[in-house]
Order: sequence, then structure tokens, then C-alpha cells
Amino acid sequence: MSLILDLFTIVCVAIGLIFFAAGTTGLLRFPDALTRLHALTKADNLGLGFVVLGLLPQTGSLFDALKLVLVWMLVQFAGATGAQLVAMVLRKEGGGK
Amino acid sequence: MILALLFDTLLAVAMIVVAVWMISVKNAFAAIIDFMVFGLLLALAWLRIEAPDVGLTEIAIGSGATGVILLRARGLARDRDEMSATPSIGFKILVGALCGGVTLGLAALVLMPPDPAPTLAYAAAENLHLTGVGNPITAVLMAYRAFDTFLETVVVLLALLGVWSLTPDRFWGGRPGPAPAASVPAPLTFLAQWLVPLGVLIGIYIFWIGADEPGGKFQGATILAAMWVLLMMAGLTDAPPVTSRRLRAALLVGPAVFMAVGIAGFWLAGDFLAYPPDFAKPVIIVIEAAMLISVAAALGMLLAGPPMRESEP
Repeated sequence: MSLILDLFTIVCVAIGLIFFAAGTTGLLRFPDALTRLHALTKADNLGLGFVVLGLLPQTGSLFDALKLVLVWMLVQFAGATGAQLVAMVLRKEGGGK
Repeated sequence: MILALLFDTLLAVAMIVVAVWMISVKNAFAAIIDFMVFGLLLALAWLRIEAPDVGLTEIAIGSGATGVILLRARGLARDRDEMSATPSIGFKILVGALCGGVTLGLAALVLMPPDPAPTLAYAAAENLHLTGVGNPITAVLMAYRAFDTFLETVVVLLALLGVWSLTPDRFWGGRPGPAPAASVPAPLTFLAQWLVPLGVLIGIYIFWIGADEPGGKFQGATILAAMWVLLMMAGLTDAPPVTSRRLRAALLVGPAVFMAVGIAGFWLAGDFLAYPPDFAKPVIIVIEAAMLISVAAALGMLLAGPPMRESEP
């Protein structure tokens, strides 16, 4: 049973890392600020989401698991708000190039 | 084992790269962001050597609060030419030599410790259970080093006095910081309305858990201060005037309670800052709660900055 859980962890964290790598690549390679922001927030919610999902079976208690999910939600919250605010400034200044 | 070594090596290299980048980058904003990134890496390093309390403090105060204060300072200094003077090459070399000397000294101590290493840890740990506090860090800070901890909160107050002393005369008595923005972006308002209740809860939790697990008043207070600043930024509340009695009471309650307990120690336990036996833990928690309020108020006001507008009649 624990082998299956460990496998689940490895697969999910690996998928999360792929999203982080993709997000980072996008941040470095995308042509303008708005698309780069998009790449970054994807890494936040999907990348961290899969890492947290993978770590859930490894936590000792329900309380610890809830704390991990809360961390993921808070990061999403902050990331989404930050991205919105940056995008608003970009739109005011025009173009976002 | 090999993975851990690989990770630690990567972390150490990344820290050195970010540090070099931080001092060589020309743009102040980029340097401050580098400073915050360095703080996060440093916190990871503290975690790797099993010092989670130090790591938490590094993230909250070292990287977070200090980074935001630096950003605020940069914003204030941008429109003042005399602030943008660059240090001379001789001064830079002097600072570099001093920092290098400190680094080499620390490295020598860590890499070539005397054998056996001098330690009071065993003697200290023997009596810590008397405090009833489960987290040895909190116990040491509140029992053996109570006076240092008391002075730390006084230092935060002194820093705030330094910030307030920058107030132009005509604004004294006014509310700190610039006037709230006329229109606040909707996402920011949304974030403030939803995050603040949760953030206050997390701040208090981190303070409360500090008695038995990593955490404590400084880390909790930083989160509370951040929530207060978020409310001010979103225009949901305004900073209290610097002459506000309630604000000053909040700033002073921590040091005052600490001082009162310290003096009461003469009668109750026979020495300054000695805790009466059997009541050590409740007394420590009362002091810590009062300090939490003071440190949160002081950090929030530090971030708000000096008054920059006319006081209301």
C-alpha cells in the first residue's frame, strides 16, 4: 500500500515540477509581459497544486494535509491578485511590451 | 544521502550567485528583489541545518518585512537627489574587506571548531522543563535571554521613533503614509477583504504554536502587521494619527508588561525578570501576547512610514 502511495507522490510531484519548468521557460521565452504573467501563474496553481497533491499521502495527519492545501490556496490567491494588478498597470501604460 | 548533498550544494551555489548579483546589479529595485530572494534561500538553508525557528524569522522579518521597508524607502528616495549619492570606490573596498573578514572568521569557526566545542546547551536544556514551555527556542529566549528579548522589542520601537523623526513639522500629528489612493484596484480590495481574516488567524496561530513548536511572537506579529498594511493599502482602513493614544498604548503594552513582570520578579522570585516557580508558562504567554501586539503595531507603522499629509483639525 505504501508503495502505491509513494508512487503516487513521485508521479504527482514530477508532474508539478514539469509545470514549474514549463512556467519558467515561458517566463524566459514568451514575447511580452502579459503572456509571461500567464506562464507564471500556471506554474503557481498547477505546479504547486500537483506538488501539494503528491505530498498529501506523505502527511501524518489530516490537520497537516489541510495546512498544505491552505498553503496552495494562499499562494494561488496571492499569485492571481499580483498578476491582475501587474496586468492592470500594463494595460494603463499600453501594450505591455 | 547523495541527493541531500546535491541539494545542499545547489542551495549554497545559488545563494552565492544571488548575493554577488545583489551587490553588482545597478538597479535598486532589482537589488531589493534579489535581497528578498536571498532571504528565501537563506531560510531554506536554516531549515537544512534544522533551525526552523530561525528560518521562519528570516522569511518573516529578514526577507519579507525588511524587503518591503527597503521598497518603501526606495519609493521615498526616488524624488530626492541627495539620497541617490553613490558610495566612493574606497568606501566600497572597505565595506567589502570588513564583510569578507566576518565571513572568513565565521567560516573558520564552523570549519575548524575547537575540540570539544564549547557549549552550554546541555546545562541549559537540563532546567528548561521548569518553564513548562515545550519549544526550547522560546524557552531559552524567554527564560535565559529574557532581557535580550525585552530589548529587541525596544529596538523595534526605537526604529519607529527614527522613522517618525523624519516627519516634516507641518505634518506632525497626522496620519502616517501618503493619503489613501482615490481609486483602489478591485483585485486588491478583494484580496484584502478575503485574506485579512485568514491572515490574522494564521498570525495568531503562529504565535500560539510558538510555545511548543517552531513559531513565535515575532513571526506572528509580522503576519499581523502585513494584514494591517494590506488593509491600509486597499483603503479599507486608514493609519491612526501618530498622536493617537490607542496606537501608543498598543506600541508600549509589550515592553510595559515585560518591565512590570521583570520588576515583580524581585518580590515573587527574588530577581529581576525571574518567573515565579509553577507559574512560568502562563507568565511567559502573557508577556508574549503583549509583545505580539506591540511588535505588530510597530512593524505596521514602520511600513506605513512617516506622516506625509496635513493632520485633520
